[in-house]
Amino acid sequence: MRWIGPMESLGRSFLRGLEEAGEILLLLVQAGLWLLRPPWRLRLIFKQMEFVGIKSINVVILTGAFTGGVFALQSHHGFVLFGAESLVGSTVALALTRELGPVLTALMVTGRAGSAMAAELGTMRVTEQVDALYVMAVNPVQYLVLPRIVAAIIMLPILTIVADYIGIVGGYIVGVHLLGINAGIFMAKIIEYVEVSDITMGLIKAAYFGLILSLVGCYKGFYTHGGAEGVGRATTQAVVLASVLILAFDYVLTAIMF
Amino acid sequence: MDDIIELIDVHKSFGKQKVLDGLSLKVPRGRTTVIIGLSGGGKSVVLKHMIGLIKPDQGQVLVAGQDITQLDDRELNQARRRFGMLFQDAALFDSMNVGDNVAFPLREHSKLNEKDIMKLVTEKLAMVGLTGAEVKMPSQLSGGMRKRAGLARAIALEPEIILFDEPTTGLDPLLTDAINRLIKDTQERLNITAVVISHDLAGAYRIAHNIAMLYQGRIVASGTPDEIRASQDPVVQQFIHGRAEGPIEVL
Repeated sequence: MRWIGPMESLGRSFLRGLEEAGEILLLLVQAGLWLLRPPWRLRLIFKQMEFVGIKSINVVILTGAFTGGVFALQSHHGFVLFGAESLVGSTVALALTRELGPVLTALMVTGRAGSAMAAELGTMRVTEQVDALYVMAVNPVQYLVLPRIVAAIIMLPILTIVADYIGIVGGYIVGVHLLGINAGIFMAKIIEYVEVSDITMGLIKAAYFGLILSLVGCYKGFYTHGGAEGVGRATTQAVVLASVLILAFDYVLTAIMF
Repeated sequence: MDDIIELIDVHKSFGKQKVLDGLSLKVPRGRTTVIIGLSGGGKSVVLKHMIGLIKPDQGQVLVAGQDITQLDDRELNQARRRFGMLFQDAALFDSMNVGDNVAFPLREHSKLNEKDIMKLVTEKLAMVGLTGAEVKMPSQLSGGMRKRAGLARAIALEPEIILFDEPTTGLDPLLTDAINRLIKDTQERLNITAVVISHDLAGAYRIAHNIAMLYQGRIVASGTPDEIRASQDPVVQQFIHGRAEGPIEVL
């Protein structure tokens, strides 16, 4: 084996990263083109919406409730030092709608559905089911990738609404019932400080996160090679890459929008 | 006799490894052609060229006189309608039951209503000896049953050509015989062109009208089973007699 210096190694991984980014964008373009061309497979889209959305509700509810609760606990701890407990409600609500709702929902759905997309498409690739689609003159991007992307873009904002709402309920329970903040003040401060735009911006971010997690999951699955081991590798990589991209794009989108 | 598929001087490399090196092959219409050769010798690659799953680096692939390497996606899909393919592990969609698998090409490409489709599905499954298996999931089937279900799906649209990728690999001798008989029956009954890749010689002799031997990226011998058996080529001799010593380096 030839010795590879640190610069060469860095250069290689940089080039590989560029190559991967290009391949992901190409897959997105292909899927986008299929969006314009019939047949639109509504049945498959609904099936994926059920998988990405309905089946993620429990995990999103749990995440939202505990996040809202712990946020109320933490912010109360700080605010009580200068007698601003009344702001706990609005702090929880703003953090959830602008940031934690969309991001934590996206990360949870990545772990649940993004990984499953990579595993399912990867298995189909290594067992020649993707080739079988080509042979039967059905384009796999249109049949497998597009419905997953569309479903995730639709469902992530909806799940985020659930997370926002349940999170505020969690914050309310902790703040009002455990910490003894006045219920009326808790709610009034939320109404006073949270704008509709805080919520809609969060939902727009969620839609982008849906695109990212489904596109990365499908990409890693679609280009899987190397048998069962390859499927495992694709699944792990999909979760890691999608999670990192979600956090990175979260910063970019926040900087642009707010 | 006319040739429905013709590969002319096909070259294909994967990375640094040259798999096909100027391969030429003719597949006569309405006959069974068996391609034999070593494991890992590129037989599947030859098959995948015929249906456009792999594009050659150089050379032509003619299907009914049309060079499919020059087609765009839409035209290639049109050309693929002539084909059915049975994959090595059947490649059944494991999210669907057997009935939906067989119905898949019909739902995609025919204008039939659901009732007629289900009738055809029942008929195709009966042809391969899987009557009543519609509601089974692929994971519930044995290897032989999966291949039969895959064959039912491959013949659903009554293609002119069926490609078989190692149809008997991994089956016991009785199932091997049953699948070979099924290939022969299907070919005769539907009067189709069959291309089979295999390293099972006994089976090849039984079902083939023509046998072609692939070695080092080329077809080194082709002819009727009798001609192959009588071939004096040392490579062919070594392969058909299953000897470890000879011009082919086994290890």
